[in-house]
This record gives sequence, structure tokens and C-alpha cells, in this order.
Amino acid sequence: MSGPVDVTLTVNGRSYALRLEPRRTLLDAIREECGLTGTHMGCEHGVCGACTVIVDGDPVRACLMFAVQAEGTLIRTVEGLAERGVLTAVQRAFIAHHGVQCGFCTPGFLMLATGILEREPDIGEEALIDALSSNLCRCTGYQNIVAAVKAALAEMREARK
Amino acid sequence: MKPAPFTYHRPARIEDAVGLLAELAPQDGRVLAGGQSLVPIMAFRLARPAHLVDINAVTGLDRLEAREGTLRIGALVRHARFHRPVVDGPLGALLAAVVRHIAHYPIRQRGTFCGSLAHADPAAEWGVVTATLDGELVAVSARGERRLAGRDFFRGAMETALLPDELLAEARLPILAEGTRFGFAEFSRRAGDYALAMALAVLRVDGGMIAEPRIGLGSAETAPRRIAPAEAVLRGQAPSEALFRAAGAAAAAAINPMIDPETDAQYRRELVSAMVFRALTQACTASAGA
Repeated sequence: MSGPVDVTLTVNGRSYALRLEPRRTLLDAIREECGLTGTHMGCEHGVCGACTVIVDGDPVRACLMFAVQAEGTLIRTVEGLAERGVLTAVQRAFIAHHGVQCGFCTPGFLMLATGILEREPDIGEEALIDALSSNLCRCTGYQNIVAAVKAALAEMREARK
Repeated sequence: MKPAPFTYHRPARIEDAVGLLAELAPQDGRVLAGGQSLVPIMAFRLARPAHLVDINAVTGLDRLEAREGTLRIGALVRHARFHRPVVDGPLGALLAAVVRHIAHYPIRQRGTFCGSLAHADPAAEWGVVTATLDGELVAVSARGERRLAGRDFFRGAMETALLPDELLAEARLPILAEGTRFGFAEFSRRAGDYALAMALAVLRVDGGMIAEPRIGLGSAETAPRRIAPAEAVLRGQAPSEALFRAAGAAAAAAINPMIDPETDAQYRRELVSAMVFRALTQACTASAGA
């Protein structure tokens, strides 16, 4: 009854035909079944944001969705950001502003920031900082992360002109 | 940190969903909506449902519409829908102000308004909104439809008037008249964390006097509710700092405060008093509420 079920996930444009128990989270599936370990596993109860991925355009916690629920959606992980080795504005800004510290929270922050900037290109500074408070950085280097995302936002706005 | 095994059901029609609940609720079957509270407590194994009835594929439940003087919020309307006003006037602005206090941005993309009510955490913002505005809840089961008044819905911490086989299909909030003012304040130790106290003030100012005041509290008692003694202090009076303090004191005195090792009764009462004061101050400043 609660045994494995067939699930097809579409991650970064590639289709993965999986067979897994319904209790496996999207995070479990991405890391262990799809082999995409760029998405990090932190708290597994929705607090830390290390597992943030983008599902149908929304940045969400991959640990708070079951993999079976993601069938038919378009999932993006950190591995899907760069195209042919060309980093995105958010990735480049994280390097330029030292937003990557120990690196554990980085994939989650990259997906959170990417999701927010795509969704809300006109977001204000206060709302942006509030949104970035969604994820934890235990190096506590939030200033650099905020600076990086603001720089990426400025670059994306310039590109829209 | 892995949930216990369960059987997964994904109905596409509401008739099928309530049919499954009728069959599975007696076998520890639960509704899965946004999952932002249920999945964490399953990860901790505080909840080990044998069956999950996932309503995310049920058509029509994401409906959000203003009709006959009420805003009708379907079971799959997610918090993020309220980031921008969903109706003109004070109600849309109120919901947009309150939603910013709910957890974090990614959680708000998945979590649902009705799921928050059904989960009934005492610190849930939508519970305070529903109680303060005297909203109405529509529960659907294989036995039919039942309407519940907001004041009768919340029974205590994580307890509601919903029966195990019922799906909270819709929440209804009254559309607020133009000129209605509101203020909302909450206190939490960390951004996005559960609040230790929150207050919602909704009122009108007619001829310089407060009319139809509503004061609702959350995270103060085991369930959200309106506080009549605080409203009585305000009714017919001219807004002033002293009046807001008196209303805060009345609210603090009226509650049966929740107590935990870090939050004794006196601290909870003082937080309530301060939140009522801040909510009223917001409501009565020119820029807010209109």
C-alpha cells in the first residue's frame, strides 16, 4: 500500500523516471535518485532553506514537498543555473561580493534569490532583505549575500532598459 | 527526520477527495494541502498519518473571488496570492499587510490560507484575521456541506470544529467598507518565527470618534478570538495614545495567557498590551488602513 510508486520528475529540463516511496521528499529524490547533490540537505523541516529549489517558478523548500507531488512540474536546481559554463548574474554577483562563504547555504540562497528576482523584478530593498531572511547562513555573512543579490538585481534592471 | 510510511492519494475532484476522507479518516487519513506545517511535524514523527489525501490536484479549490459581500478563499489559495491586494479597499490592503508576517517567502508559495486555519496553530496570522472579522468557514464531507462561524471554529491549540472526514473547502471574509482602518502588530524573537503575541485592530473613525472597533489576538491564548473588553474601551471614544494604552491594558487583563518556560503569564500580557497599542496606533495614523 505504502510501497514504491512510479514518479517522473523534470529537473533542469531533463526527465527522470523514478520509483520511490511516497514519503520520500523532493529533496531526497533530487539528491539520491537524480544524483543532483548541489541541492543541500540541512534541517529537513523547512527552517534553514538550504534545499531551496524552484518549482514552476516558485522558490520552495524541497524538504517540505513529497517527490510524488512534483510530478508534472518544472523543477530547477542550482545545477540548472549556468548555461554551457556561463554563470548567471546572481552567481557572478555572489563571487564578486564574497556571498559564498563556507558554501553550504549557497545553493539554497542562489535559488531563493533567482526565484525572487525573476518573480519580483521591482522588489524594494526592505522587501528583498525580508525575503532573504528566509534562509539561514551559519557563517552569518548576510551582508555579503544581501550585497550580492542587490548587485544582481541592479544588473538585471540595467539589462531590461 | 524522515516521515513514516503512508499511502498517497491524489484525487482530481472534490467529490473524490471527500469520498476518500470518508473512507480513510477513520484509518488515520489526513488532508495534505500546502504541507508547510504537516510535513515538518511528519518529519519529526509527531504526526504519522497512515494515508494522505493530497488535494493539490483538485480542480476549483484555488478559486479566490469577491461575491455577495464576501471574499471567498478556496482551500488551495496560497499565502503568496495575498502579497498584492486581492480586492480593492481595506480588506485587500489588510490581507497584504498581514501576509508579510507569515513565515518566509518560500513557505508562502506553498502554504494555504485554509490549511493554516485547519491546522489551528495559536500563532497563525490568518486565524486572527478570521476571528477578528467574524469570517465563515465552509466544511465539506461526503455527508454534505456545513457552515461554521469563525468564533465557533477555533477550539484550542491545533483544535477546530472540523470533523476528521471534513475538508475545509473555503473561508469567507466580509468585504470591509471603504474608510475601515486597520493595524496589525506581532512580536517574534526572530524574523519569520512564530510570534509570541499578535494583535489586529479594525475600526472606523466617525466624526472623530471610534466606531465598530474590533480587536483580535493571536498567540496570546490557545485560540485566536476577539476581545470584547478592549473593544468596549474604544467604542465611541476619540483616538489617543492614552486610549490605546487603556485598550491594551483591557486586552491584557481579559486573556487567559498561554505559558511556556520562556514566556510567563505576565510577559505574555505585557506583549499583548504592547501589540494592541501598536495595532491601534497604526490603524489611526493617516497613512494606514485607508
